[in-house]
Amino acid sequence: MRKARVLLAVYLAYMLEYRAELFLWVLSGALPLILLGVWSEAARGGSFPFTPGEFARYFLMVFLVRQATVVWVEWEFERDVVEGRLSFRLLRPLDPFFDHLAAHVAERLARLPFVVLLTLLFFALFPEARFLPEPGAFLLGLLLTLLAFLLRYTMQYAIAMLTFWTERATSVGEVFFLLYLFLSGTIAPLEVFPETLRHLALLTPFPYLVYLPAALLAGQKVSLFPGLWVMLSWGGVFLGLWRLLWRLGLRRYSGHGA
Amino acid sequence: MAGASPMVLAEDLTRHYRVARKEETLLGTLRHFLRRQYQVVRAVEGVSFRIAPGEVVGFLGPNGAGKTTTLKMLTGLVHPTRGRALVAGHVPWRREKAFLKKITLVMGNKQQLIWDLPAMDSLRLNAAIYEVPEGEFRKRVLELAEMLSLTERLHQPVRKLSLGERMKAELLAALLHRPEVLFLDEPTLGLDVNAQVAVREFIQEYNRRYGATVLLTSHYMADIVALCPRVLVIHQGRLLYDGALEGLLERFAPYREVGLTLRHPLPREAFLPFGEVRELEGREVRLLVPRERLTERVAEILKRLPVEDLEVKEPPLEEVFARVYKVAPSGPAESKETR
Repeated sequence: MRKARVLLAVYLAYMLEYRAELFLWVLSGALPLILLGVWSEAARGGSFPFTPGEFARYFLMVFLVRQATVVWVEWEFERDVVEGRLSFRLLRPLDPFFDHLAAHVAERLARLPFVVLLTLLFFALFPEARFLPEPGAFLLGLLLTLLAFLLRYTMQYAIAMLTFWTERATSVGEVFFLLYLFLSGTIAPLEVFPETLRHLALLTPFPYLVYLPAALLAGQKVSLFPGLWVMLSWGGVFLGLWRLLWRLGLRRYSGHGA
Repeated sequence: MAGASPMVLAEDLTRHYRVARKEETLLGTLRHFLRRQYQVVRAVEGVSFRIAPGEVVGFLGPNGAGKTTTLKMLTGLVHPTRGRALVAGHVPWRREKAFLKKITLVMGNKQQLIWDLPAMDSLRLNAAIYEVPEGEFRKRVLELAEMLSLTERLHQPVRKLSLGERMKAELLAALLHRPEVLFLDEPTLGLDVNAQVAVREFIQEYNRRYGATVLLTSHYMADIVALCPRVLVIHQGRLLYDGALEGLLERFAPYREVGLTLRHPLPREAFLPFGEVRELEGREVRLLVPRERLTERVAEILKRLPVEDLEVKEPPLEEVFARVYKVAPSGPAESKETR
């Protein structure tokens, strides 16, 4: 599809204009690599379901999944509304949802070399994390990473729609981010959570944004169901929310003079 | 003028806004919190007009008159409070794809090009979004860039372009999908005279070549005089005038400007019996004289004042407009409402 191809090509060129920034941004996502040190150390002492090597592998995958699912459409959308640039986007025969989506995908491609570099460096520093993934689970993990990206994008896009009412939707986003940090498995794998908390967490959309794909990629034994259904349901909820809020929001936006 | 099936049709188009109102005192703030006072701003009030295919129409009015709100309704960005509009056969605020592909809106104070990339990249993006085929895209860019004398500049980052070049590139991007209706909001804003002329000539040429319909706002009268045989004048949300530019002069400025050079300076009072003094500087005077009394007044001036030179002209358009907006019946444009 030509539209998608050109969108990607142009946004890739745009992202490459900011190479240095992009590199710093990749680095700023290195939190899991720091946590990895902490948890491997803890695993050596305490009684955890994981060996230090498994922890290392899990957090590496958390790092990679998070790199693949970074979304910032909230900020972008807020700026569009506050600065009135949304009007330009509305004049085009393309829903801004797809325009921003293309920019995100292009950024992913621009980011890739840095991520590969960092991963190689990581393997040099933590030889115990090296492993040969099982192809089936690994492919499934990749597919789930893609789904995780789409879920996170849709979720943030739906939240971004609140800009029509508050002009500061990002503060709502901050709350979500806090929940995300704790419940997604970024700080600790869900296996080390207390039983009740783990069950509750698995009902929220967050573990599917990081934990599930990362665990699959790391070669852990995880059950795909009913998690996948929960994930897809949340996807449906946020898609519906986006469409609804978009329609109501546009009426409001135009009411305020676009 | 407007034929049986107009390209742009506005009927009783009306847009009111509710704006919260607050007094600056602490008490005012408290009251604002408890019981919000709203004020209804009547941005556009019952505006009707038709524009035939291929027509170029000037849309005039002071700041805040309702021009931009009207343009936003006609391009589908704003829903009207009341009234009907049809542009190229579509109801604008439904924002159908087919409609969006037929129109364009250029805002002189806003830009759509990606700042850090060459304009060419933004153009490619637009071509893809508007589904302009590759070959056709290249042909159109060549043609439009040549009309705008912009060919070499398209491969430089937009931020490196001058204001005039950037505006031309904006126009190119806005016209790439070859829209049938152009809404241009101050397209020459801030440009120097050369760039203004270039943009003006381009709009004229585009209209001639593709038969596009143009509705244009501008604060530069030269733009209007050069491009628009017909003008719409809007003031405080209401349409004051719709017709030929000359007719506007007849109706709102039944005056002639009489310029005098005197042999020696005289005080302001000396000119009062002959007309309104617009300017008095040393031996130079500019007077506004009602047209129907022109001959008699000029004769009197020549008889009673020490005139060295005298010339009679049309008053400048800017002055005519100042007069139009002053004499216009200024009904209550705002009303209060409490919720």
